[in-house]
Amino acid sequence: MEKEVAVIGVGQSSFVRGYEGSIRELAFEAFREAMKDAGVTQKDIGASVFCSAPEYDKQRSPAGVLAEYLGLIPQPTFYIETVCSSSSTGVKVGYSMIKAGLHDVVCIVGFQKMSEITSAESQERMGRGADIQWEAPFGTMMPAYYALYAQAYMAKNGLTHDDLMSVRLKSATYGVVNERAVYRKGVKAADFDASNPEAKMAGPVAWPLRVGDCCANADGSSCIILANKEKAKAFSKKPIWVVGIGAASEAVNMAARPDFAKGLSVGYGAAAQAYKMAGITASDVKVAEVHDCFTIAEIMAYEGLGFAPMGEGKQLIREKATYKEGRIPVNVDGGLLSKGHPIGATGGSQIRTIVLQLRGEAGPMQVAGDPGIGLVHNVGGVGLYGNVTIFGR
Amino acid sequence: MGFEKFGRKSFTAITKTAKFVDLLVEGKVEGTVCKDCGAKFFPPRADCAKCLSKNMDWFEVPKKGTLETFTTAYYAPFGFETDPPYTMGVVDFGDGLKLFARLAKEIKLEDVKVGMAVTTRPLKYDDGQISFEIVKA
Repeated sequence: MEKEVAVIGVGQSSFVRGYEGSIRELAFEAFREAMKDAGVTQKDIGASVFCSAPEYDKQRSPAGVLAEYLGLIPQPTFYIETVCSSSSTGVKVGYSMIKAGLHDVVCIVGFQKMSEITSAESQERMGRGADIQWEAPFGTMMPAYYALYAQAYMAKNGLTHDDLMSVRLKSATYGVVNERAVYRKGVKAADFDASNPEAKMAGPVAWPLRVGDCCANADGSSCIILANKEKAKAFSKKPIWVVGIGAASEAVNMAARPDFAKGLSVGYGAAAQAYKMAGITASDVKVAEVHDCFTIAEIMAYEGLGFAPMGEGKQLIREKATYKEGRIPVNVDGGLLSKGHPIGATGGSQIRTIVLQLRGEAGPMQVAGDPGIGLVHNVGGVGLYGNVTIFGR
Repeated sequence: MGFEKFGRKSFTAITKTAKFVDLLVEGKVEGTVCKDCGAKFFPPRADCAKCLSKNMDWFEVPKKGTLETFTTAYYAPFGFETDPPYTMGVVDFGDGLKLFARLAKEIKLEDVKVGMAVTTRPLKYDDGQISFEIVKA
């Protein structure tokens, strides 16, 4: 297992509805925490990478503006975008720059102020989040795209609405204890009872997906500081090494997608590369963060990552194997469903969770058994982009 | 010009594949096929992703397909607010050829099943917009 580039600092803002500040102030929150965590100053940072989904930002070309606000000029800075996977793509780029010997230390900031624009504006932009020439004219939206996968998957593999609900109940269990989560209320099975008009999770959004199957929008920021071997050993008592990176892309149009019942191809492709690079298999992973923008996405990710055989992802949630005490704990920080999904900040937040787990610093979310290997699965768009990143001590 | 007529609401006005809309008006749902390597595409492309040729022709999509998956939207994006509920799905024609569209309003929701036999046909909305939809075979 290669130990050449390490995470030496992690930070995350609270994920909230309607952050009371501008994007530069939001980015500062995660950056400040990561810098204190790493014990470095701005002069130690060789370059910065900023990541978001640009459709939410009023600021054009935010990298230069944020770099100045964070005290990171005159070092090089630039912007990276792969929608919901932007900040894990940013980490891949930061890793590459360090491996190439261009910089010793790189900071990656993910941010999103989804409330920067009104919800009507947001709806319009979301509708154009996929193929605007051939699909948006039908009135598409993110939940509908994932519902296409859910419908085919459920028909073939015997996955039930109760299974999907179980994913949400799990995420809510950890949203309650994660003080950075946007959705901190508990969720119970009665909230999904369609016969009760008061049940807040039961209403259809894009059938078969219901309100409770969809993740929470949020404002938030994340920051990851990477360093080469020499600097990691100088600055950090507990460096967490990037040991595997995989990334893949897929056709934007649903008409060009392979079997919907098999889930997102980018998940399989990115996972295979990351496992190969790390020289491990799925059974070596002791804790994972997967991209649960919708409940179905978590089930599909179990299979894409090899935690369950094809079509058998439902067994993991039925057996509670992905709870904190289970065989392979997944999203025990609340996931996108409860912690929230501030698009550009999400990948960095997932990485922060895994780094804290491997350091043994995850507090009430800490999994048992002193985990040595953790995995982050971060998807952009409807499986348009996929990143799998593996970390080790 | 011409492509602004496509779909419930188009976000693209100019494309080299705008003839697609004229073909819909003629009653045909067509994709493109590369004259050089024979690769077939739906939705249509002006350029071949396989051999990089720009030498493309039109072909009519098959009449028989199966519904691979579908969803019914109960909320809609800005500009589509008056439409829900509406059902969208993917038709698999075999040989790697698929199509995404809405299902015709006339199909009862309880009758829609994964794997059902379907076909496609052009559609003209009351406001003059041109599209195509999935119907029972």
